[in-house]
Amino acid sequence: MEPFLIAVIVAATPFLYAATGELVAERSGVLNLGVEGMMLLGAVAAFVTALTTGSSGLGILAGAAAGATGALLFVIVALGFSANQAATGLALTIFGAGASGLIGQGYVGEALKPLPKLQAPEQLAEFSGVRILFNHDVLVYGAFALIAIVWLYLNFTRSGLRLRAVGDDHHSAQALGLGVLRIRSLAVLFGGACAGIGGAYLSLAYTPLWAEDMTAGRGWIALALVVFASWRPLRIVFGALIFAAFDQAGNYRETLNIEIPSQFLSMAPYLATIIALVMISLASRRSDTPACLGREFRPDR
Amino acid sequence: MFRTLLLGLATALGLTAAQAADDPLKVGFVYVGPIGDHGWTYQHHEGLKAIEAKYGDKVKTTFVESVSEGPDAERVIRQLAASGHGLIFTTSFGFMDPTVKVAKQFPKVKFEHATGFKRADNLATYSARFYEGRYIAGQIAGKMSKNGKAGYVASFPIPEVIRGVNAFLLGMQSVNPDSEISVVWVNSWFDPGKEADATKALIAQGADIITQHTDSPAPVQTAANAGIPAFGQASDMHEFGKTAQLTSIIDNWAPYYVTRVGKVLDGTWESTDTWDGIQPGMVQMSPYINMDYEIAKAAKETEDLIRLGRLHPFTGPIVDRDGKERVAAGETADDGMMATMDFFVKGVIGDLPK
Repeated sequence: MEPFLIAVIVAATPFLYAATGELVAERSGVLNLGVEGMMLLGAVAAFVTALTTGSSGLGILAGAAAGATGALLFVIVALGFSANQAATGLALTIFGAGASGLIGQGYVGEALKPLPKLQAPEQLAEFSGVRILFNHDVLVYGAFALIAIVWLYLNFTRSGLRLRAVGDDHHSAQALGLGVLRIRSLAVLFGGACAGIGGAYLSLAYTPLWAEDMTAGRGWIALALVVFASWRPLRIVFGALIFAAFDQAGNYRETLNIEIPSQFLSMAPYLATIIALVMISLASRRSDTPACLGREFRPDR
Repeated sequence: MFRTLLLGLATALGLTAAQAADDPLKVGFVYVGPIGDHGWTYQHHEGLKAIEAKYGDKVKTTFVESVSEGPDAERVIRQLAASGHGLIFTTSFGFMDPTVKVAKQFPKVKFEHATGFKRADNLATYSARFYEGRYIAGQIAGKMSKNGKAGYVASFPIPEVIRGVNAFLLGMQSVNPDSEISVVWVNSWFDPGKEADATKALIAQGADIITQHTDSPAPVQTAANAGIPAFGQASDMHEFGKTAQLTSIIDNWAPYYVTRVGKVLDGTWESTDTWDGIQPGMVQMSPYINMDYEIAKAAKETEDLIRLGRLHPFTGPIVDRDGKERVAAGETADDGMMATMDFFVKGVIGDLPK
């Protein structure tokens, strides 16, 4: 059971980063489907930087920067030129997959040392709970800290309120004097940086190597996760752990003694997302779905 | 996925002109993974390079990578066929039915499908007897494993993979009859993250030696970080686990590809069924390292016995895990049985989805 729970926390980490970033972007009213592409850009930039400089810290920063650069393209095209957001996001995914493959071409076959793990204090290490929660690398804790910060920001700060206002009704927000496009651009850039770190986690800690398409659809799961969490940060933690548990359950079939086909487990995250969508539309009380999600905004003059 | 779409579109739009007699032969490859997977697809791509090196201006090659096994594959294959390719290699088991379908529609185009069993006048099949290499790896594992329990990172429950699991375990049991294998299905040919997860899970559940039938080097790397020995797959993965990799089965497709293209060029191509192993060199073993000299020597000896045809990995008695005898004592499994293998031998732990 213990290795299973450890594996779940580790597997949830890339989802946490990418989904939290996407949540902020979506709460500002922008649907960026380019998460997978931004994660790949982050993964390759982090790997190449860490390999050439020898510093995983710089690698993480490079991952964030590369993800944000991908997001910048999205900002220019979808917000600056008001192009269709869904199409721009898909294009960004294709671009990210291609560009990361090109950048990483010369680095296939190289390997890194994984990020160091924090060691639990020895006198506490005999407790199973301590062993599960400690012994992770810094990015794992960073993911949970990031969610806490985003939750506080969205719910308890004036700036967070503005961001939500922009996502819910961009025309009223503009009438109140808020810079809609500026706020949205920053939210999307933040989302890109988070996706980049999510990708960096894959190439620095999860499997410290570079391989083309190594995100293998995790960006899409992160997108589904935002919906599953009904756009609430704390539910992302819950959702990411559940999705990761589906992901890992097949591996621990012997220990857990389960009889579910592994194909069903692969499908489960998407099934859960569809159920969540149905429940959101059935719910009578107002949900947190940003009312202007994905809608183009042209400032009135 | 999307890149393949664009690539496919480009070939369909740009290259539809009819072929004149002295135009170069266009050879197309459809890959299931990226050419940078450092495993299965990488080795096929080495074959493509060998064709270019050998025939130069006489051929023109195209490849489409990361094609998913499903409706997308049929579209990609059809576009290659419609854009003047004379010979098309589809290099994954899941491309079988799409290839058969497209081959029917383009009788003048020659097709070759890797690891499948459906043929036609213009559709040949080819595969390698990887199980020979897996038997050798299994013998090494039987000698190296302390608790007699190996972990197997598996992709999909198809005969090729099942055969590999059984061959490995039979090799293990030839030195330690009580050996067991735990199998974890990752339901993907290429997903480094999932392959690493499966490896960790297998180690956590007691496996002290790891082998894989997926295409990325992540299992070797993960095992190396856990201090556990492992076997590479399809390509030499030594770089990812210098202290862990014991040997690796190398798929050497290049000579086959060069021969087949030559046959199309001189007009002698026929639909054939090729299934070569260690003997002609389609299956090669990377150097035996990170083990005692005695073990390496024994492995080399087994390799030679297989090459000379003195040893068949599937020699009876072979009993499946439900207790049914599948190969009688003293007999060997025939190719037909091996090509459709759908049972695990005694000692395999883990489900076998039907």
